[in-house]
Amino acid sequence: MAQALLTLAELLVRYGARPVLKIPSLEVLPGEVLAVIGPNGAGKSTLLRVMGLLEQPEKGKIYFQEQEVSRDNALVMRRRMATVFREPLLLHMTVYENAALGLTLRGLKRQSIEAKVKPWLERLGIDHLAKRPARSLSDGEAQRTSLARALTLDPELLLLDEPFSALDPPTREKLLLDLQTILRETGITTVFVTHDRNEAFMLGHRVAVLSGGELLQLGPAAELLSRPSSEIVAQFVGVETQVPGIVEAAASGRAMVRFDGGRAEVIGDYRAGESVLLCLRPEDISLSSPPEEHFQSNGQNHLTAKVAKITPWGSHYRIALECGASSFVALVARPSFLDLQLREGDCLIASFKVAATHIIRRG
Amino acid sequence: MDLIWEGIREALRLILSRDPEILGITLLSLEVSGAATALSLMVGIPLGMALALTRFPGHGLLMALINTGMGLPPVVAGLFVWISLRRSGPFGFLELLYTPTAMVIAQIIIAFPIVAGLTMAAFQTLNPKLKLQLLGIGASRPQFLWLLCKEAKLPLLAAIMAGFGGVISEVGASMMVGGNIRGETRVLTTATVLETGKGNFDTAVALGLILLGLNFAVNLILTHIQQREQIRWPKPS
Repeated sequence: MAQALLTLAELLVRYGARPVLKIPSLEVLPGEVLAVIGPNGAGKSTLLRVMGLLEQPEKGKIYFQEQEVSRDNALVMRRRMATVFREPLLLHMTVYENAALGLTLRGLKRQSIEAKVKPWLERLGIDHLAKRPARSLSDGEAQRTSLARALTLDPELLLLDEPFSALDPPTREKLLLDLQTILRETGITTVFVTHDRNEAFMLGHRVAVLSGGELLQLGPAAELLSRPSSEIVAQFVGVETQVPGIVEAAASGRAMVRFDGGRAEVIGDYRAGESVLLCLRPEDISLSSPPEEHFQSNGQNHLTAKVAKITPWGSHYRIALECGASSFVALVARPSFLDLQLREGDCLIASFKVAATHIIRRG
Repeated sequence: MDLIWEGIREALRLILSRDPEILGITLLSLEVSGAATALSLMVGIPLGMALALTRFPGHGLLMALINTGMGLPPVVAGLFVWISLRRSGPFGFLELLYTPTAMVIAQIIIAFPIVAGLTMAAFQTLNPKLKLQLLGIGASRPQFLWLLCKEAKLPLLAAIMAGFGGVISEVGASMMVGGNIRGETRVLTTATVLETGKGNFDTAVALGLILLGLNFAVNLILTHIQQREQIRWPKPS
């Protein structure tokens, strides 16, 4: 396993008596983008500030490339990182001067600064704004300048604290795509804090879910999406269907789960009688018109359900389904929705692969 | 109105003839108020920054005292300095009463709360997250403080202007601790009061106009520095 670039050990941050961050261990691996998601007040920004050596924890140790961070070496270590916040926080200078600020603080010569700043201004598409006062920029341009200010430093660790949350959706999407390309091409180790799971899964190689100051799950993005470890994680990674049920029968790595309104076959070693939560992502449920007779066949589960609510969801429709007392949520693309001619109160067949189900043990 | 015109004519005559007494008074005014302002900046800016950026026991009380000091009547400042510096006062042994130094001390007491109070307000208007951002791109603590000063340049220059304006125009303190001694502690404000008392209204108006011109010239320079990097607001479409 690669040696961690940044390691946090036995970390505790408290504001007054209230613990806001309690992390036994967390490593940031070289070259990875670690996305940290969680609800408001989860401790994400505090974690980023601690990682960026901008806030001192009450307890715990921080190692940067295996060297322990102390008060004496904090500035030297901090200068190997760069932080970008939600607000661009530009100074009353030109775009160029703002982008060059970190290098100026490090005492670089004018030519060296220019050689480092210009390519990034071009790369981020703001070279034509170089002489403009930073205060005259749009939100998107300002955030690009803020990113340039960090990237010109060629940081070993880039820390991004919800850098897109204040931007309008088109600007955010464009900047997100640009950042994705930049991070892929440069391989800069990045910690990316966001409350938007789509951003996290788009950029993150690994995703950490934080809630109440504690790390609930950390793993590859795909694993978190399909195998959340708890109800809170499932909720936060967008597993909208969470149906309580009982394992009715189990054999050979497969089980049948009974819930109010039906049964579903799932993969995994469970014991009969076990209380579980059947989890499904909305995009894993497909809808079709009845009749459909072949229930639980070909690795598919099929349920008869009633459309409870239809909500336009960007380019999709979010369909809330009722199956007995159980609720399911499906996401249907606009063309399929128009084909099905769905209306609230309609009965239909909800299908999902056996492999798409995820089970969380309860109690 | 005639008095004003006569005053303007007299002012021009005094300036053009380079009247040594008027020149001396003007230079002493500049020296005393300039020194008082400079020393007030050295005390007031760090104090204002400390009050804006940190918290310590007695912080609120000190803020209230500074804010009260911003409205300190010059004559009261002069009275305290006079009591302290008089022969039987605690600092009487320094023999500073009725010297330009005493005037500088009194003017510092007037100007430094103005500078500190306005500096405090200037730094409090800065985004508190700026500290994290600057440290987050590798600023050391002195660099961070310097950048904050640059960022607060506009209100800081306003603080300098207010401090200088407050002391160059005060008369009560200078009169009390300087004594308005001809050739030694006479400044533009005390000379204006004296000439008015003597009925030399044209000379008084001339001195007043020189004082105004001096104040205007200093503020013109500071305003130029303050406004040269200002962006222009777009015209409404």
